[in-house]
Amino acid sequence: MRSYLLKRLLLTLPVLIGASVLVFLFIHLIPGDPVEVMLGESASPADRAALRHQLHLDEPLSVQFGLFFSGLATGKLESIFYREPVSRKVFARLGATFELALAAMALACLFALPLGIVAALRRGRWADSLSTGFALLGVSIPNFWLGPMLILVFSLKLGWLPVSGRGGLYHLALPALTLGLAMAALLSRMTRASLLEALSEPHLTAARARGLSEPRVILKHALRNAAVPILTIIGLQFGALLSGAIITETIFAWPGLGRLLIEAIQTRDFPLVQGSVLAIALTYVMVNLITDLLYTAVDPRVRLEGRA
Amino acid sequence: MRRAGVILGALVALLLVATALLAPALAPYSPKQQALCDGLHGPSAQHWLGQDKHGRDVLSRLIYGARVSAIVGLATVTISALIGILVGSLSGYFGGALDQLFMRVVDVLQAFPGILLAIALAAVLGPSLENVILALSLLGWVGYARLVRGQVLVEREKDYVQAARALGASPGRIVLRHLLVNVSAPVIVQATFGMAAAILAEASLSFLGLGAQNLPSWGAMLNEGQSFLRTAPYLSIFPGLAVLVTVLGFNFLGDGLRDLYLTPRSRA
Repeated sequence: MRSYLLKRLLLTLPVLIGASVLVFLFIHLIPGDPVEVMLGESASPADRAALRHQLHLDEPLSVQFGLFFSGLATGKLESIFYREPVSRKVFARLGATFELALAAMALACLFALPLGIVAALRRGRWADSLSTGFALLGVSIPNFWLGPMLILVFSLKLGWLPVSGRGGLYHLALPALTLGLAMAALLSRMTRASLLEALSEPHLTAARARGLSEPRVILKHALRNAAVPILTIIGLQFGALLSGAIITETIFAWPGLGRLLIEAIQTRDFPLVQGSVLAIALTYVMVNLITDLLYTAVDPRVRLEGRA
Repeated sequence: MRRAGVILGALVALLLVATALLAPALAPYSPKQQALCDGLHGPSAQHWLGQDKHGRDVLSRLIYGARVSAIVGLATVTISALIGILVGSLSGYFGGALDQLFMRVVDVLQAFPGILLAIALAAVLGPSLENVILALSLLGWVGYARLVRGQVLVEREKDYVQAARALGASPGRIVLRHLLVNVSAPVIVQATFGMAAAILAEASLSFLGLGAQNLPSWGAMLNEGQSFLRTAPYLSIFPGLAVLVTVLGFNFLGDGLRDLYLTPRSRA
């Protein structure tokens, strides 16, 4: 188990380094002079030289690479627009994004788990068809359309919920629904598939033969076995919610990391773009790693396979 | 039921391509023709889906918007599939250090969630149709590479490949004439889902202001419409429906093709 953990952690390292290098290189992908793109054509030569120096663009690439990361870590890499350390801006927004992602995940679970279970238990019937239709619709509805439609109905027509901003549960409802629908669609399919697989296991026939009631067979035996892949999908999808949050936060003016990224793009604040992208990517990798490790901890089969 | 899904999906795909090709003949007005005094007029007999804030005909812009979606979808899928097939087959057939190198690159690119990297690349490269295709293709090939590599790893050990090798066929010939033919079905299914994903991603980028400039695109129309949600909701409803129907169609098609050709149970 320990060697598996170590191996998994070691495998994550090159991915983290690779992702960081890619983000670092962003500024060099800008066509033309990046300083001119950031400051505009009318900037004075003194301002340009100052920014070039601030971003270390006057240094060799290898030096720039080291300075970029030490700057991020020590808070010396500053946002051009806000004149604040990039790391401070990023950390200040992380909480709002996590709050939204957690709420979206909770909503998705609340809706998708019962739907998936009913679909598996009523396989081939109308509830199953309904679940399939919902899943296809859920992954196909663009969240940049769903969000405005929810605002139109629940905020502008009915006046039940606020249009935008961050506050209490009322503010959270529409963004969480917008972000969580696609996850609910995937999760309901996964729940259905996992439960169907668990229901076909021979030990369930044995449980039924022992005279256990059907609800007990399903709740105590089948769902327990189906839980591991469902939990894995929940973990992996939580990471994916972070990218979906970029659009949802933009629609609802939710002050999270995604909105910070879009604001940074609009103001051509490339150090902040780099910092936001890196923060989202690193969070995604870490959430996936934790999910993977938890999966190993709960499922003995994975541990045994690793040992074999 | 599955066949119905395939037929429905194929019809949507055909409709998209036909609309894109025949846009000048189908659109009642030029998508750029402004009539400022008629701005934000709702659906009428002259303008079936209404007019935007510049008085431009929403239906005509939707029809021309199909062009952007079709171009981005087809170009992204073609480029991504070609790169992915090349990388995946080389990686799977030869293995070793080359495989390790390619797969680490794939790991790094997959470390970025969803369209995050596309957003960042489109922002860095500048908003244009070409840059959207470039950004989406730079990420899109990863899925094909993983898929083809996995398939080639399985196929290369089979008897027919051993036989071709024994007959003196070169690695290039084995990959091109034997292996790729046998991995084409999953690639076609992946490409169908890839069309849906590319169209959705293009609309997302355009919604964020990072898509094609000065071209009517469904995502950009939604972005403009959001400011007039209270007074002119049709500006948001119709472009969103266009994206939804198109993406749903390709997902139906992909789902149906997968069930028909890749799931052994359904074939039986």
